[in-house]
Amino acid sequence: MAASSLATLRSKIESDLRGRVASPFAYRDRNAFELVSTGIPEMDALVGGLPRGAMTEICGAACSGRTSLLLSALASRTAEGEVCALVDTRDSFDPLTADAAGIALGKLLWVRCQNIDQALQAADLLIQSGGFGLVAVDLTDVPSRTVRQVPLNAWFRFRRAVEDTPTILMLLEEESHAKTCASLVLRLQAQSAHWSQPANTHGSNSLGKFLAPSFARLLQGFPVQSEVVRSRIQMPANQSVINIRDAKPVVHHSSIFETKTIWSDFTKVPPTLNDLRR
Amino acid sequence: MAFACIYIPDFLVQSVVRAEPVFRDGPLALISGTPPLWGVVAANPSALAAGIQLGMTKSQAAGFGNIQIRQRSESQEKAAHAAVLDAAWSISPRVEDTAPDTAVLDLDGLASLFGADETIARELARRVGAIGLVARVAVAANIEVAIHAARGFPGITIIPAGEERQRLGALPVGVLTTETETLDILERWGVETLEALAALPVLQLSERLGQSGVRLSELARGVRQRSLVLAQASSSFAEEMELDDAVEELEPLSFLLGRLLDQLCARLEARALAMRAVRVRFELQPSFEKDFQTLQEDLRTKPGVKQYEKVLTLPVPMRNAKTLLKLLRLQLQGEPPAAPIQKIYMMADAATPRVVQNGLFVPCGPDPEKLEVTIARLGKLVGEGNVGCAELVDNHRAESFRIARLVVASEQNKRRGKSEPNAEERHDTQGTVTGFRMVRPAQALRVEVRDEQPVRVYWRGMRGEVVAASGPWRSSGDWWQEDAWQLDEWDLEIEFSASSPVGAQHRCAPSRQNPNSLDAQEFSSYPQRGLYRIYYDALRQSWFVRGVYD
Repeated sequence: MAASSLATLRSKIESDLRGRVASPFAYRDRNAFELVSTGIPEMDALVGGLPRGAMTEICGAACSGRTSLLLSALASRTAEGEVCALVDTRDSFDPLTADAAGIALGKLLWVRCQNIDQALQAADLLIQSGGFGLVAVDLTDVPSRTVRQVPLNAWFRFRRAVEDTPTILMLLEEESHAKTCASLVLRLQAQSAHWSQPANTHGSNSLGKFLAPSFARLLQGFPVQSEVVRSRIQMPANQSVINIRDAKPVVHHSSIFETKTIWSDFTKVPPTLNDLRR
Repeated sequence: MAFACIYIPDFLVQSVVRAEPVFRDGPLALISGTPPLWGVVAANPSALAAGIQLGMTKSQAAGFGNIQIRQRSESQEKAAHAAVLDAAWSISPRVEDTAPDTAVLDLDGLASLFGADETIARELARRVGAIGLVARVAVAANIEVAIHAARGFPGITIIPAGEERQRLGALPVGVLTTETETLDILERWGVETLEALAALPVLQLSERLGQSGVRLSELARGVRQRSLVLAQASSSFAEEMELDDAVEELEPLSFLLGRLLDQLCARLEARALAMRAVRVRFELQPSFEKDFQTLQEDLRTKPGVKQYEKVLTLPVPMRNAKTLLKLLRLQLQGEPPAAPIQKIYMMADAATPRVVQNGLFVPCGPDPEKLEVTIARLGKLVGEGNVGCAELVDNHRAESFRIARLVVASEQNKRRGKSEPNAEERHDTQGTVTGFRMVRPAQALRVEVRDEQPVRVYWRGMRGEVVAASGPWRSSGDWWQEDAWQLDEWDLEIEFSASSPVGAQHRCAPSRQNPNSLDAQEFSSYPQRGLYRIYYDALRQSWFVRGVYD
């Protein structure tokens, strides 16, 4: 008797929600994400890629490589023909570097905001609009104490909005603020920068220093160490699965990727004829 | 060979009702003339049944309490006439513009597209109904027979070849287009129907009425032949609405704009076209104070009608009235008219609709119509010039880019070709590019230079030691213009000492005009060590921070 009434209730709920919710009682594995490349093989090997329909947080101090990762992800998505959006809270996006990084600027909607309120509203509009491959919200230059004041339900709202969509929501911050709303949290840290050696062919005497001073060199890039702080997605086969529901919130899986300045390729020594013959 | 005729009964009334559908059911009388000599020129059947007669004065008509009285609107008649022609052109390219309320189509060769004549007639009636008018449609082998049948019979009429005289016979002679005097003569003769007219001998009729009599006899017998006078398809789509009471608020205005957009979209749909741009022009109500001031300033010049114009340019051709209304509303919210609106004029620039043909392997992008609304909303939020896609300008000056409109429709339909490398290929050839964040606007800093090399910087209340430097990268340009530039750029690795606040003289006060400017506290979390690009502006003789490598 009870079973039949339950079945009736279930069918009634299903009929009421028809057209809005596909199958309300079906089990949904919320940790099964489609992963797409970040554009950096080391990062892909570490986390498997960026999860679609989920929120990813990229944290780190200034000069830690967050923008490099963002540019790489945007370049990867626009190269696949997807339209992306960047909510730029402090108007710090550099189109010239983005173009050099391979981003198809014609497929990137750039929203130049003036404060965090505008950024959050803009992100909400973009997610609700749908159809974007990646929506990046750049909060890196906003002080952490300001981002901390964003109510948690705002992050929940974003998470719900991107759920079941092909959109990747990427947040760039100094610290992680979205808590459990983020399916993947990465922390980046820059290591010592690489500089080219001064081209001193005149010896170490005063004439040599005059002709080739120590500042006659080029910045070539810097390595970035990335660490998985939290992840709900399944890692590649050779890595262990990290799940926030496990009792170990702190995970020490990391990798290092190199960044190169846009002119670093031009500073290489040109190949000799022998190199070419080989 | 068959011809179809579309006839709009009570055309004057229907053209007003098309613009204001609330009058569709109730009695309505239209007045025309110059005040105070206003007379009733048209009325719908329910108004006529209530006792309204054509030629009544306005005050007489106003005596019937429950009858709505409106002014005849030539602009609405013009728009309704254009709409009827658009509906006709949607079926056949060979259309005759017979009269404002009448259009004739050549149906030759359309059977394979639409089916039998009756099906075409029903489709015509449906399409005219979609543009807000009720039509009578008649199909016959003769143009004149089709016209008279449409004018005489309600609904849809199909007259087979050979039955013209028999079917037209029951119609009154009033359906014939001729002089009033001739109709009076026929009435005096007791000729009331076309059957009676057709029965009169042609020779005697010719003796009494001349060639006009012969023509009327042929028309009554359904044997008069003539060629179709083809009309040129118009590419202009405009709708007008004159308001009795000026509209001040956006909400009621939205209803009116929505109605006009619905009409325009229906007309465009009939012609298989879409909008590339919408031009909206409002005639504004003159305000007394401003006019008085103007008169005081210059008594000789008479102030004209104030107008407000807005052009909504669309990235892709659209025909969705709801989306267009949202975009118009957003534009009007940003720049509302300065005075109440008394007349609305809306014109559409027609274009071929976009072809949507997505492939299985083409990534789905934002819907262009939805995207346009989103961009408009974002523009309202952050400012028009702050949303779009960056477009690099071929120039050596820093920050050489402009914000262009994001258009995804045409690109989206292309499959990714070999020329566009995927992520792995791109990384193999390029690697991960070091990101760079701009500091906008560039902020001043103090730099200590030793041996032509920066060794120490003071910025935002912090002192930083230069660990490594690269530069100077000298550039200049536009020296022939006022905004010439000459820069020495440096890439610096700076180690800031957190516990070394410098005096207030080194602090860089945040600009009050610029909300982007950060104060020193906000930068307190900046790293001890970082990579920066700074430059020396030789013209301004100052150092500035360009940005941060990240």
